Formats: sequence, structure tokens, C-alpha cells
Amino acid sequence: MNQESETEMLKEYAEQEYKYGFVTDIESETLPPGLNTKVIEFISKKKGEPKWLTEWRLKAYKIWLKMDEPHWANVDYPPIDYQGISYYSAPKNASEGPQSLDEVDPELIKTYNKLGIPLEEQEILAGVAVDAVFDSMSVATTFKKRLAEKGVIFCSISEAVKEHPELIKKYMGSVVPQSDNFFAALNSAVFTDGSFCYIPPGTKCPMELSTYFRINEPNTGQFERTLIVAEKGAYVSYLEGCTAPKRDENQLHAAVVELVALDDAEIKYSTVQNWYPGDKEGKGGIYNFVTKRGACRGKSSKITWTQVETGSAITWKYPSCILQGDNSKGEFYSVALSALKQQADTGTKMIHIGKNTKSTIISKGISADKGQNTYRGQVMIKKSATGARNYSQCDSLLIGDKCGAHTFPYLDVKNTKSHVEHEASTSKIGEDQIYYCKQRGISEEDAINLIVNGFCKEVFRELPMEFAVEAQRLLEVSLEGSVG
Amino acid sequence: MIKIENLHVEVDGNQILKGINLEVKAGETHAIMGPNGSGKSTLAQVIAGHEDYEVTQGKVEYLNKDLLEMDVDERACEGVFLAFQYPVELPGVNNTYFLKSALNAQRKYRGEKEIDAMEFMDLISDKIKLLNLKDSLLKRPVNEGFSGGEKKRNEIFQMAILEPKLALLDETDSGLDIDALRIVARGVNTMRKKENAIIIVTHYQRLLNYIVPDFVHVLVDGKIISSGDKNLALELEEKGYDRIIKEAKA
Repeated sequence: MNQESETEMLKEYAEQEYKYGFVTDIESETLPPGLNTKVIEFISKKKGEPKWLTEWRLKAYKIWLKMDEPHWANVDYPPIDYQGISYYSAPKNASEGPQSLDEVDPELIKTYNKLGIPLEEQEILAGVAVDAVFDSMSVATTFKKRLAEKGVIFCSISEAVKEHPELIKKYMGSVVPQSDNFFAALNSAVFTDGSFCYIPPGTKCPMELSTYFRINEPNTGQFERTLIVAEKGAYVSYLEGCTAPKRDENQLHAAVVELVALDDAEIKYSTVQNWYPGDKEGKGGIYNFVTKRGACRGKSSKITWTQVETGSAITWKYPSCILQGDNSKGEFYSVALSALKQQADTGTKMIHIGKNTKSTIISKGISADKGQNTYRGQVMIKKSATGARNYSQCDSLLIGDKCGAHTFPYLDVKNTKSHVEHEASTSKIGEDQIYYCKQRGISEEDAINLIVNGFCKEVFRELPMEFAVEAQRLLEVSLEGSVG
Repeated sequence: MIKIENLHVEVDGNQILKGINLEVKAGETHAIMGPNGSGKSTLAQVIAGHEDYEVTQGKVEYLNKDLLEMDVDERACEGVFLAFQYPVELPGVNNTYFLKSALNAQRKYRGEKEIDAMEFMDLISDKIKLLNLKDSLLKRPVNEGFSGGEKKRNEIFQMAILEPKLALLDETDSGLDIDALRIVARGVNTMRKKENAIIIVTHYQRLLNYIVPDFVHVLVDGKIISSGDKNLALELEEKGYDRIIKEAKA
């Protein structure tokens, strides 16, 4: 590629439209901006929460007040005004909570259809149970009945607080405590909804579970909380997708996801994140400050995080595994694309505590335009983790010459009878590679897709089929018109 | 098929080709020989359309069209194939998938429909035997971890699948042992048909024992100084470039 066509390509890339940038016109109940104990009490009351949870929130708030926003990440953004955010917004009609799809506001259904997730259709065709979170309320949970037959609980976290308080009390905050970090503390204080999933002992969840998140109202933050518990010998695969409308202001998304896997249990958690990335000047877009952590509590348990991150103005996210049980396994597969002026600081933490614990990290960072992509990963082998093994591979792909890729691996090994391996590479989509493809008759655009997909392959193959196709298409759309 | 007239080419301001005239007709095989740095590979790259090579003078007519006006992929779809001297690795890109993408891109260009999966597998298993390549290479990423010989054979394998009208072989023989050389030659020879043409760029006469050319040209310092039949290659082998150059100048 010569300089001219490269510039042209980047220009077109930057000008490419965010296709999920619509706003849904529905009546909603939104709290004025600001955060204090009154707001937290309001949220708690609105959700009809028991007293212990109100107090749990207030405790988190107190902790949060004493904390400082972390600034160690390789991202740069103006200070966030936490008093300028509204902490509660819910579609008005849904205040009673819909019992079935028929009761859901048709405008909402339309929104989901625009997103390409028709609930009705998914019910029938894909066999995916969807919990859709729209701003702060969980709108509809499909397939509840079929799951209930197996004893699987899949509902919004608000509902779980009411219906299954003992499980919530036992597990919520047990993986990510309120004091874990600034954003987790904030979330603990103001979380509005999210999904809860419980798989009873020896049960294989009969279908993929899925949640779609969408931020609709301006100036709102989304603070959802997801909790998944897999009992002994249980298995579940969980998918999460995210979009948001186009807005000039930045919007904050500070979620917490906690996974608990007991003996021989397995949890697969897959994310395709396509929050609005902001425009080419770096205006607008979602600040995605998320704490995701899984605890392999039981022996031979397994947790797999797979993420494809193409959106958000700023991503600060480190899905991690605490490998407590002997012979437990943690896996992290990630594709992160930063284009426009996007900044992503993402990676994982693998904390080996149990004997013969294993972890695998495969991270693929793609930077284009003025995007900055950072991999930050920590592998910690505690003294008790005899026979632990880790394999890490971090590859970066650069498209153009104004973007950047950075890798920060931290290794902390306290047990000499363990094995840690780290490989890293950085490559530019070579002109010679594109030339080679073109010489065989493949167009430049298809050549780039071919090379990018080849680069991401190890991650894509970890995704469930439908998601792999979606992820591939998302990357293709993101690179569409990238050729001059 | 291809007619090159007074072709001048620069790379980074250095003149490499200084007035090439060459006509290759359908059904012919031409060998371009010459010492290192004479411009042989440049000629192959310019025909394929590499952007680093700037044509400052002259014209190239291919199937009655202006070749220099076409983009690289367009030339490929029109039937120009370059077997690379240094085949490029495409990590993670499955070899079979790559080949199918290339073939379908060319079929689409010609207004044909995509090749049926079964038909494609038949085609592949047919050609892979011809090149004596291991089936496992089909599942591996393009050229990644291939040995030097495998890479070269893979180029000819691609050529056999894509069936170009004009094939350019850029030092395909370098790095091949004698057995591999025979296999490659066998592959190329099956491509020799009256409607196709082949241009072979090479240092050595060796390959020409197996692929016998109709014409041999000696390229020195950006110009063709001598042309002849296959005997010219033998003469070159015997006398060396220096004497041929001297004789040509005399």
C-alpha cells in the first residue's frame, strides 16, 4: 500500500458510521444527576430490596468515597464528574416488570430488532435464552420455563434478590468485594440490574444463556451486575452483547461480573462488546470500566473468558480467574480492536492458588487509525500452587502508522515447581501480504479481512457458533471501506 | 499475449529496467536469464503490478489491453500469475480457504458462479498429487512453517488451481533439490498449453533441462542483450555471463 491509499483507507475507516447509534423514544423514569446516600436509598427502595442489601450498598458507597479513581491504565480521558451522572433510569411502563414478551413495550422490541436480536425469533430459532437489560431494568427473560424444568435459575438480579435471597447473600460480592476497586465499589453502591444465573449440581444448562445490554438515556450510567453460580459438576455457556446510541457526551459503564465454579463445574463466558466508540475526533463514546472475575472454587473446575471488544471510547477491563481448587483451569481469549481514537487497556489476571492449576491466555490486539491498544496481564503463582502451569500469548496487529500497541505482562511466581511461558509478537499488516493476496485475485478489502480473521482465529474458535459469525462480521464491518 | 515495448522502470529513483522489448505469444515459454541485479525479478514484479516499481517509460499490452492501467488483483483476475521468489506467510489463514477465496474472486470477475465445495475438493486432491505435496499442508496457514521447497511447490500448486493464462516464475528453482525441481517442472509442464504462456526467470540453466523453453533471453543491466532458443541457455552455462556480455558488446 502506498502512503496515499493508506491515508485514504484510514480516512474512510474513521468516517464509517456506527450503525447502532439510534435512540429509542420511550417514556422513562430517570433520576436527576447526582450521587449521595439518598440516591442509593431511592434505588434500593425502588427495587423493593431488603434492608441488608440497602446497607450493603451504603457500605460500598462509604468505601467508594474514600477511594481514588485509578490512573495506572494506559488510557487518557478528562476527569469524570460523578455528580453529573444519573444513576437510575428505567422504562416507565416496565416498573411492574413484564410477565411475558407481550407485555414488553413494542418500542423496546423494535429496538432489539434493530440490534438484530429479535427476542421472539431467538426464542424459536436460536434456542438462546435472552435476558435483555435496557438502561437499568431487565426487560424480558425468555425461556424461563424450560430452564426452570432443569432447575436452572436465569433471571434479573433484582428478581433474584426477591426470589433467591439466600443465593444472592451467599455469593454476591464473594468474588469481587465492594472494596475491590474504585469502579467495583461504585457499582456495588448503585447497581441497578443485571443477570443472575444458577446451575444446580450435575446439570448441564440445556441452552446458551445470553444477555444484551443497551444504554439508551443520555447522561446515564449503566451499572449492571451479573452473578453466575455453577454448582458441582454443572456446565453453562453464557453470552453477553452490548450496544449504545450515539451521543456526544461520554457515558459511563461500570459493570461487575462474578462467576463461581464449584467442583468439576465449567463456566464459559463470552462477550461481544460493541458500545459506541465515539467519533473520529474522539468525541462521545462509552467509558467501559468493568470488573469481571471468576472463582474456580472447586477442584477441577474451569472458567473460560472469551471477549471480542470492538466498541467503547475507553476500555478498562481485565476478566480474571482465581484458581483456588486443585486442578482447576482458567482460560482467557481476547480480541480487542481500537480504531478512531479508541483506547483499550485490557487483559487478564490468573491467580494460581491450588495445585496443578492451569491457565491459558491468548490475547489479540488490533490497532488501526489512532487507536491505542494495551495488553495488561498478570500471572501470579502462589506458594501453594505446586505444578501450576501458565501459557500466555499476546499478539498485536497494526494497521496504519498512527496507532499503537503496548504489552505489559506481569509475572509473579512464588512456587519453583511451576511453569510459566510467555510469548508476544507485534506485526503490521504487511504490504507484502496484501500484495500476495491481490496477486491471487483477492481484493484489498477482502485481503485485509482474510488477514485480520486469520490473526483472530484462535479466539474466534472459542466462541459459540452464532457469536463467532457475529464477531467476524463485526470486525469486517469495522474494517469496511477501509480501502481507498 | 503480452507485448512489452521500451519499458523503463525505477525503484526509489534508481533505474533498473532500461528499455525492455519483449513479445510472448500464446503457447510459448520464454526464459529470462541474467546475473544478479540485472533486473529479472523487477520485470516479473512490474508485470504483476507491484507498486514499488515505477514505470517511467514504455508500455505493456496484455491481451490487447493496457496492462499498466490495471490494479494488481485485476491483472490476476485477467490471468496473470506470479510464482513468488519469496512466498509470503499469512499466519492463521488456512491454505485451502485462501485458495478457494482466490479462485472464487477470479470466477466472480469472469462472471462465473462460486465453485461448488465438492468440485473444489476434487480439484485440490487432483493437483496436490501432481505437486507431491502432503495433504496436511492444506490445513495449515498459508506458507507458515513451510520448508523452502514446500513454499515453492505450493506456489506451483496454486498456479495449477488458478490456471492462469500468463504464468511468471520468479526463480522458482532456487532452493530446490533435484527431486523437488523435477516435481515442480512436471507441474509447470502440464500447464503448457497452446492458449497459455509462461515466462521463467532464472539464474541457472538447470531448470531449463526440465522445462524446455522456446526462447531464451539474456538480461544484463536492465536490457535484453541477447535472445535465442534453448541452446543459448546451454551456451551461457558453458561460457558464463561475462563472455556472453563481451560477445554481445563486440
